[in-house]
Amino acid sequence: MIFGIPIQAFAGQLLVGLINGSFYAMLSLGLAIIFGLLRVINFAHGAQYMLGAFIGYLVLAKLGIGYWPALILVPIVVGLFGIVVERLALSRLYEVDPLYGLLFTFGLALVLEGVFRYVYGVSGNPYPVPTALAGGVNLGFMFLPIYRGWIVVASLIVCLGAWLLVEKTKFGSYLRAATENPKLVQSFGVNVPMLLTLTYGLGAGLAGLAGIMAAPVYQVSPLMGSNMIIIVFAVVVVGGMGSILGAILTGYMLGLAEGLTKVFYPEASSIVIFVIMAIVLLIRPAGLFGKDA
Amino acid sequence: MTDATVQPGKTGTANRLETVLIGLGVVALLALPFFVYPIFIMKMMCFALFACAFNLLLGYTGLLSFGHAAFFGGAAYFTAHAVKVWGVSPEIGIFIGVAGAALLGLVIGFFAIRRQGIYFAMITLALSQMFFFFCVQAGFTGGEDGIQGVPRGTFLGVFDLHDEHTMYYFVAANFLLGLFIVWRIVNSPFGLILRSIRENENRAISLGYSVQNYKLAAFVMSAALAGLAGAIKALVFQFATLTDVAWQMSGEVILMTLLGGIGTMAGPIFGAGFVVALQNLLATSDFPVTIATGLIFMVCVLIFRKGIVGEIYAWLDRRRGEKPE
Repeated sequence: MIFGIPIQAFAGQLLVGLINGSFYAMLSLGLAIIFGLLRVINFAHGAQYMLGAFIGYLVLAKLGIGYWPALILVPIVVGLFGIVVERLALSRLYEVDPLYGLLFTFGLALVLEGVFRYVYGVSGNPYPVPTALAGGVNLGFMFLPIYRGWIVVASLIVCLGAWLLVEKTKFGSYLRAATENPKLVQSFGVNVPMLLTLTYGLGAGLAGLAGIMAAPVYQVSPLMGSNMIIIVFAVVVVGGMGSILGAILTGYMLGLAEGLTKVFYPEASSIVIFVIMAIVLLIRPAGLFGKDA
Repeated sequence: MTDATVQPGKTGTANRLETVLIGLGVVALLALPFFVYPIFIMKMMCFALFACAFNLLLGYTGLLSFGHAAFFGGAAYFTAHAVKVWGVSPEIGIFIGVAGAALLGLVIGFFAIRRQGIYFAMITLALSQMFFFFCVQAGFTGGEDGIQGVPRGTFLGVFDLHDEHTMYYFVAANFLLGLFIVWRIVNSPFGLILRSIRENENRAISLGYSVQNYKLAAFVMSAALAGLAGAIKALVFQFATLTDVAWQMSGEVILMTLLGGIGTMAGPIFGAGFVVALQNLLATSDFPVTIATGLIFMVCVLIFRKGIVGEIYAWLDRRRGEKPE
């Protein structure tokens, strides 16, 4: 017993929080990477996450392509979709107020959500847990479904990988340099427009990957993205978009905070992240890890 | 969003045109219920006022709020509850709705003005979503059912608002009053300071204006006027539901303003009229409204950033420039 709560219930909600936090971390990481370079808040991030889950669901239902190949295929497809969007539309909006990028991706999110809603309705579609990760283990104090454990591990790997890519590789160094001063980097002969396109594709692909990973945990539904994106925005405000590591950490922390609230005061669990956001705005307006106001 | 804004009043042509159009508009407004289904026009007026209130913030102060549904839908709940459960008269009910929206605006605005630009949009979205969850759980809103069967009551104890034409002129009067308030704010010294904040915030600070206070004041006024629109909508349709506080509604009002012309007086009215008419048209067809809304958003942002009225002003300016006077 912890504070009068059975330890199983406590650990169970913490795990749920950690799972949610994994998705918040992966999504806010993608948002931060895109925002860092493109200065665009990608409202369609939630829709791209939904797209990832739906493509995974559809290739399984129509083509019999299972979870593991989908884990590779889905991010590529969603990433390519992102590249097309960037080339056709976003690249025309870099010269105008950044708010137009937000509004354009908002329209895109509405269209994507509307199309899937029109074709598949609002009810959720179940996606089976892959056989290799089915079942669970008894940890003594709680029962851990293996797939949920896998989510936590895999999201940590993805986040770490993305962080290494940005901080430790040649591509990452170009990316960081272009974030600081795009004109200067271009004058050194780096193809900055191409870098912008790839970055948006990378961000969208990450959202798609989060989507296919989420498919067996949540129901695959057209509304899953818009429910997620508003929370992720709050996560991004709390973390500040200055640092990638900050975005990741804030994601996990807020997921855990949400899980804890479900244990102690379930009525407030849907709003606790927004409350934390308000408090952080009072104490540190730039966000916990933010540099720019 | 300065590049899309046009300042009416700069050109004489636009000014004269505006006076004539306003006159024609008021006459048309008074005559319309004899030709068109009054509820439809009342709906347009509610959304037009909502969009004008929103534009006060986006067009004249340069702040993009993604949470205005909270004020619109919140006021609808407050008014519906006051009129139905407390049994107050419609004028008191509307006052309660407006005051509630203003108070809500004060709270949300207080947090939101601590950040700028894109963060401002995200914070308003998150806080209005928090209010949405509050409305889902709070007892007085009726949860998923909303508040149904709201009586319209008798205005000042004389005018029975259940009569369709009386209600129409009541709504029209409130609509014109709301527009007049927006116009008055925009064309006051206070409005000029707001525009200076939009154009160059740092400069406004260096001139000694307490920019944060002005922003908060603009936010509260915009919220209160959006509340007026929501309160009236609750009386017109006699219900208040979650639809009006959901984030999609915040998106809709942005679209109306963008489509009509950000930073123009008449733009949001045209934008709202167009969007409401389109929704009415699509309601009878199979085509989902969300897809249409999203597509118009994308097209507007890519090639039509000035909006309908903004483009007309730009065209008038060009024509004037070509002709030597």
